[in-house]
Amino acid sequence: MRNIIDMANEAVERATDARFGRDGLNIVVATNHESSIANAERVALAYGRGDAMSLPGVAIAVKDNIATLDMPTTCGSRILAGYVSPYEATAITKLRANGAIVVAKTNMDEFAMGSSTETSAYGPTHNPVDPERSPGGSSGGSAAAVAAGITDISLGSETGGSVRQPAAFCGVVGVKPTYGRISRFGLVAFGSSLDQIGVFARSVRDAAIATYTMAGSDPNDSTSASVPVPSMPEPVEAYRGRTLDGVTIGIPREYFPSSLDSDVRARCDVAIEVMRGLGAKIVDVSLPHTELAIPVYYIIAPAEASSNLARFDGVRYGRRAGDVSDLRAMYELTRSRGFGAEVKRRILIGTYVLSHGYYDAYYKKAQSVRALITRDFDSVFASGVDALFTPTTPTPAFRIGAVTDPYEMYMSDIFTVTANLAGIPAMSLPIGRVGGLPIGGQIMARHFDEPRMFHVAAALEAALGAEAHA
Amino acid sequence: MAVTEIDIRKIADLARLSLADEEVPMMTAQLNSILAHMDVLTKVNTEESIDGVIDDVIAGVKLTSDLKDTGAPLRGDAVAPVQMNTTAPLLAPESEDGFILVPRLSTHEDM
Repeated sequence: MRNIIDMANEAVERATDARFGRDGLNIVVATNHESSIANAERVALAYGRGDAMSLPGVAIAVKDNIATLDMPTTCGSRILAGYVSPYEATAITKLRANGAIVVAKTNMDEFAMGSSTETSAYGPTHNPVDPERSPGGSSGGSAAAVAAGITDISLGSETGGSVRQPAAFCGVVGVKPTYGRISRFGLVAFGSSLDQIGVFARSVRDAAIATYTMAGSDPNDSTSASVPVPSMPEPVEAYRGRTLDGVTIGIPREYFPSSLDSDVRARCDVAIEVMRGLGAKIVDVSLPHTELAIPVYYIIAPAEASSNLARFDGVRYGRRAGDVSDLRAMYELTRSRGFGAEVKRRILIGTYVLSHGYYDAYYKKAQSVRALITRDFDSVFASGVDALFTPTTPTPAFRIGAVTDPYEMYMSDIFTVTANLAGIPAMSLPIGRVGGLPIGGQIMARHFDEPRMFHVAAALEAALGAEAHA
Repeated sequence: MAVTEIDIRKIADLARLSLADEEVPMMTAQLNSILAHMDVLTKVNTEESIDGVIDDVIAGVKLTSDLKDTGAPLRGDAVAPVQMNTTAPLLAPESEDGFILVPRLSTHEDM
């Protein structure tokens, strides 16, 4: 193995170059050379002593809404400009304890509200595959960091597809674990019943190792699940390149509408045949409430966000509008100047659907339909289906600035929000390119069955080989 | 259920956001356009199909209660301080002697 400190130095250098815009992609928003190298020295010492580590000396980039002690955590927002958290996310603490070195914080849609990384106060991130195109979002910076080779692994967060969609757009692997699998402590809250930290990596194996390293219950997050954490790297090692004998894979017809981009469909068809060739039993299934997922999501997520973002009022941390003498005016000016247009829009939607007279019609109704969407998945998995395969996104990466209607932008999450609403694990992996643009295939599995999800993904990845990136 | 400009101003007030006059018509149009897509939910029958679980379908709660069937898990009643970076100064934009300073609330002028 190469020297851990040399590796860290190289990664910090790449991250610093990116931070100062030398690649023109606007991927990195913060670095801390001194702290990263000091951490690398500590890891090198512990590793040399023989301490067991799953990610010795592996450089990682972290989305700007996950709390780190040595770099600011701003959520891509003016309202948190310069904010440095006094505590660290549990996920980061676990990664550090296993030898990972945080080298960068990455750009994101403001407060993770967006699907293109265009709503960031730092300006848009560009897709390393084609800089005129969006890397997706909201974790666009972290997806781009892996695609551009700044780090091999990065962290993002998901509320409605913010890891899987950018993974598909940038041609990397992206994982959203089961809700409750990874502690949310230190992840700035957006939609608390949906949020989950996720992973980007260049391979299924790396993604499995990082996910497994962060998994487990945490006393600081009462929604983290107290269930055993089975090995995730093991099924990758055991099954990679072998068979899918005995595995039933469902193809939900609602994810292949007639309006689906023909190139996306063609690549999915190839992947399905590859899995059939590996021995998988392919079955047609239905998730009949899929079309309701976007309306449900865009009621529940803004409702939770309007409540969660009430804390940003200029009192305890972040920026404050200082030119007012009245408390109420200070709240309003701080929030109005600090939040961007998309965040304001979602706070207003959330406040509206929770307000007197509309709560039952919107919020309560959405929660009931959410249960129906969850039940769709439960029924399919109860019928003997082990995993589901779908496209990750309806189209390849769109051009920056091309999507201006808010609802049209929301629709780019149509195949990903269902897994967040149901709480099941899901991931995207590259299944080919069309016109040079990556296409992502999505694998979903039962609650807490990440091993099965990684097994199917590893088999597909190995069988596709170079075709996944061609 | 069309949202009016008056509604938008009221919601903004509830959300402690001040909208400039020129922002109000655009925000009203956008919210109406977004909320129109939500109306499809009114056609879904949720009364019969989810017997008994309508009132506790918030998935996070459902998930944790499903796992142990005892509701949200509680921590032990013991002091377990979170490791904080004690060298960080008070994070508030304005403070004095360890207290956070804020502007006066104008409605309390007479007290």
